[in-house]
Amino acid sequence: MDYFMELFLGGLTRGSIYALIALGYTMVYGIIELINFAHGEIYMIGAFTALITISVLTMLGLNKIAILLIAAVAAIIYSSAYGYTAEKVAYKPLRSAPRLSPLISAIGVSLFLQNYVLLAQTSDFLPFPNLIPQFKFLKAYGGIVQSSEIVIYVTTAIVLVILTFLIKFTKLGKAMRATAQDRDMAMLVGVNVDRVISFTFVVGSATAALGGVLIASHIGQINFYIGFIAGIKAFVAAVLGGIGSMPGAVLGSLVLGWTESFFTGYISSDYEDVFAFLFLVLILIFRPSGILGRTDTDKV
Amino acid sequence: MTALNEIKKSLLVSIWFMFLTFPIMVIKVNTVEQTISWRWNRLAAVGIGSFCLSFVWRYMLKRKETGAKKTALGNGGELSAVQRLLQNPRFFKPALLATAVFALIYPFYFSMYQVNIMTTALIYVILGLGLNIVVGLAGLLDLGYVAFYAVGAYSYALLHIHFGLGFWACLPIGAGLAMMFGIVLGFPVLRLRGDYLAIVTLGFGEIIRLILENWNAFSYGPSGIANIPRPGLFGMHLTIHQSLIYIYFIMVAIVVFTIFVVRRLQDSRIGRAWIALREDEVACQATGIDKTKTKLSAFALGATWAGMGGVVFAAKTTFINPASFTIWESVMILCIVVLGGMGSILGVILGALILMLLPEYMRAFSEYRMLLFAAALVVMMVFRPNGIISAVRRNYEFKGTNEKETA
Amino acid sequence: MDPVLDIKQLTMDFGGLRALDHIDLDVKAGEIAALIGPNGAGKTTFFNCITGIYKPTQGDMFISPGGKNRIRINGLKPNQVTERGMARTFQNIRLFQNMTVLENVMMGRHCRMRAGIPGAVFRNKATREEEKRVVQESYEILEKIGLEQFVNEFAKNLPYGAQRRLEIARAMATEPFILLLDEPAAGMNNQETSELDQLVLKIREEEHISILLIEHDMKFVMSLSDRIFVMDYGKKIAQGTPQEIKSNPAVIRAYLGEDVDA
Ligand SMILES: Nc1ncnc2c1ncn2[C@@H]1O[C@H](COP(=O)(O)OP(=O)(O)O)[C@@H](O)[C@H]1O
Ligand SMILES: [Mg+2]
Repeated sequence: MDYFMELFLGGLTRGSIYALIALGYTMVYGIIELINFAHGEIYMIGAFTALITISVLTMLGLNKIAILLIAAVAAIIYSSAYGYTAEKVAYKPLRSAPRLSPLISAIGVSLFLQNYVLLAQTSDFLPFPNLIPQFKFLKAYGGIVQSSEIVIYVTTAIVLVILTFLIKFTKLGKAMRATAQDRDMAMLVGVNVDRVISFTFVVGSATAALGGVLIASHIGQINFYIGFIAGIKAFVAAVLGGIGSMPGAVLGSLVLGWTESFFTGYISSDYEDVFAFLFLVLILIFRPSGILGRTDTDKV
Repeated sequence: MTALNEIKKSLLVSIWFMFLTFPIMVIKVNTVEQTISWRWNRLAAVGIGSFCLSFVWRYMLKRKETGAKKTALGNGGELSAVQRLLQNPRFFKPALLATAVFALIYPFYFSMYQVNIMTTALIYVILGLGLNIVVGLAGLLDLGYVAFYAVGAYSYALLHIHFGLGFWACLPIGAGLAMMFGIVLGFPVLRLRGDYLAIVTLGFGEIIRLILENWNAFSYGPSGIANIPRPGLFGMHLTIHQSLIYIYFIMVAIVVFTIFVVRRLQDSRIGRAWIALREDEVACQATGIDKTKTKLSAFALGATWAGMGGVVFAAKTTFINPASFTIWESVMILCIVVLGGMGSILGVILGALILMLLPEYMRAFSEYRMLLFAAALVVMMVFRPNGIISAVRRNYEFKGTNEKETA
Repeated sequence: MDPVLDIKQLTMDFGGLRALDHIDLDVKAGEIAALIGPNGAGKTTFFNCITGIYKPTQGDMFISPGGKNRIRINGLKPNQVTERGMARTFQNIRLFQNMTVLENVMMGRHCRMRAGIPGAVFRNKATREEEKRVVQESYEILEKIGLEQFVNEFAKNLPYGAQRRLEIARAMATEPFILLLDEPAAGMNNQETSELDQLVLKIREEEHISILLIEHDMKFVMSLSDRIFVMDYGKKIAQGTPQEIKSNPAVIRAYLGEDVDA
């Protein structure tokens, strides 16, 4: 039972991180129907920015929690800035291009950012300090769950609440939903579509950055390539839940996190990544609209 | 006034990029010794670089806009200078002859190292031409193309180990197996929409690589397979040097064969259906074209060429392992097609040669090659989606039937 | 003789929206029929359903090429419908923009051609002859439609009216017995519309093709059609000759506020 619990909580941790990344995919897809291939790299940039900030601040000798918070803020700011810039440079000029053009462009951005970090920093894995304090009350549970995992759950939950509020109740959120429904119509009724799209990239990037900082603290190391696999898996989660749907992204992430965790825990860990890809292929073939997505007929 | 404005804009861009690249470019942390190096000169480089580039960027954007307006007015479809030159037989024939002579004498005038590089480049030419059928003609973005390349390479290696089969037997078998893989994988995924197709093919590609990596009993795992024989020539004993020249000529022959086949395909009933499919899937179906069959034929033919390339690759390097078949290899081949010009045979050939040879001859630049290719992907998509040499449609010959014309 | 197109109780739901509600419609051999109705009535959806692009929720669809051999076309793929002789055009022009005008028409011949991949590579005699024949036939269709001056032009570079005609040419190339035209006169000026009028009549007279067309231009519809079907909010509200439709109160109500040429 303890083992089951451990796998369950481990799956929840994975799922939460996937959710933070998957939200960005789903929001961007919902608005401009682009699979933002570079989204994983935005998350990686967040993790690197955090690591650099932490290293600098540690040498200045600040308090650990303060360092962590500042690093998280820096990661959010920088990831958002990268997401914003990528959209402006590589996707915006392609709004009216054939559908594959922005996708190819996104692959370019992804490859560019990977190599940019590789060249400017290093190809080695860098240790990422865990600055999350050990919670005393967890001792009672015999180490089934670490404090970093608790922080991950709580942060993800808070992010979800904030995002839901943002989308349901703010003016920008309404504009986002309108744009997702019908971009031309939204433009007609006076929504500044460019701004909405930029905003979507910023919000998606910010949540991804948070995911980056949290998972890096939890796992303890990063390199330039972490964005790719995490990005693909989060994408799987988004598709699983029904791309374009935000509750879907969260649900899909949790389902993927748990399946992965139980699969590797009970069956085999050799084929962990194969499993995620297989999952992706099977969903797309048998239920491309995902768990919560609607089966729409493309308008002709 | 406007000049001042432009400078102000560029200044803002440059400040923005200096801010953007600041932590990652400037600060380098040594996590072992806990030291930090500050590399301020890079900041200056980014600032100046982005300041200049932003002028170029805006100029090109503006040019693209006016260009778009011009085509909208109806005088588009103009051929570029290169295309006009190519369509002129007085230039084209001698150029073709010169290329042929160069290809024939190349291995005797250049070093073994260079022959080797050229052979690699030629392998990428056929990979590019194969993917061009799938992406360039049929418009199916296949990000798992390298999986078929792996199928070819591993067929040769494994058939050699287990059954002692040689290169010439394995070349058609490898191609055939890759084609079968293409059909089997293609069948369920080809009804997916374009971007989903890209991701699913990526998934398939990675699955195949991960299986090769983990299934030790079958594929010898990450350590790969060594001592794959080079192609034999009527049982003669060849030195390594001779072998390499021999493989070079085999590749030249395969390239010529490929060009021949692709050219004919592209001007055929099937080839037109591929292009129509790329242009508008719904209209294509409503015009009576079987979407699934057409897509599958493109996908399978593309795979066939990848399989062929894989067999030659295994024979050339005599060693293969799963690390040669990552998704980035697929992206690299995609770069060749996109840069060269989707749907354009000459463009793809040039794209492959440029992308493969340039980094070899400009060593300083080779470290940055992936970075530059990546940037090129974006820049090409934004400014020149048709590639260096865009595809030209053929004009058909026909007789007018004047008597039927009603005045 | 059976009607060449016979639709029974066709219903199509999009989520909660019923875009087609138990529609009955038939077209007789050699007839020019029109489907009219305000924007959003479901006319294009009707075309999409019977050509296999949408899967209708309910209903039966039959075609009888030449008034014989009644076939049920439910569940057929769009290309199979076209192969069986029902061709269409699109309201929002859907040409193969980066192919030449001639090639666009040649695409229509595709389903009447046979060459496969071996034929393409080896270019045997049968393939070569087929290619030549198709080029010739396609050119003749262009002449008939009056587009021969554009043969080697890219489709995207044609003027708007010519693009609409090219869609008709492409559909004609599939050798249909019935042609579905979705707002063929949309965006055309008077001159172009009257030329189109002539073209539609010519297609019926010379090629013996039945026609079902969707159109908003009432003068065009009234002068051209033998029978008219009227839809509103997914329901068929009237059918009859132009005379009957003109004086039908339900139709006038549906069009109230819109310009009825009566
Ligand atoms: N693929 C689709 N998904 C959802 N709704 C659709 C789709 N296609 C058409 N509709 C809806 O069906 C109704 C009828 O549309 P349409 O057939 O295009 O009307 P018409 O051609 O008569 O102007 C409209 O309300 C339209 O929004
Ligand atoms: Mg309509």
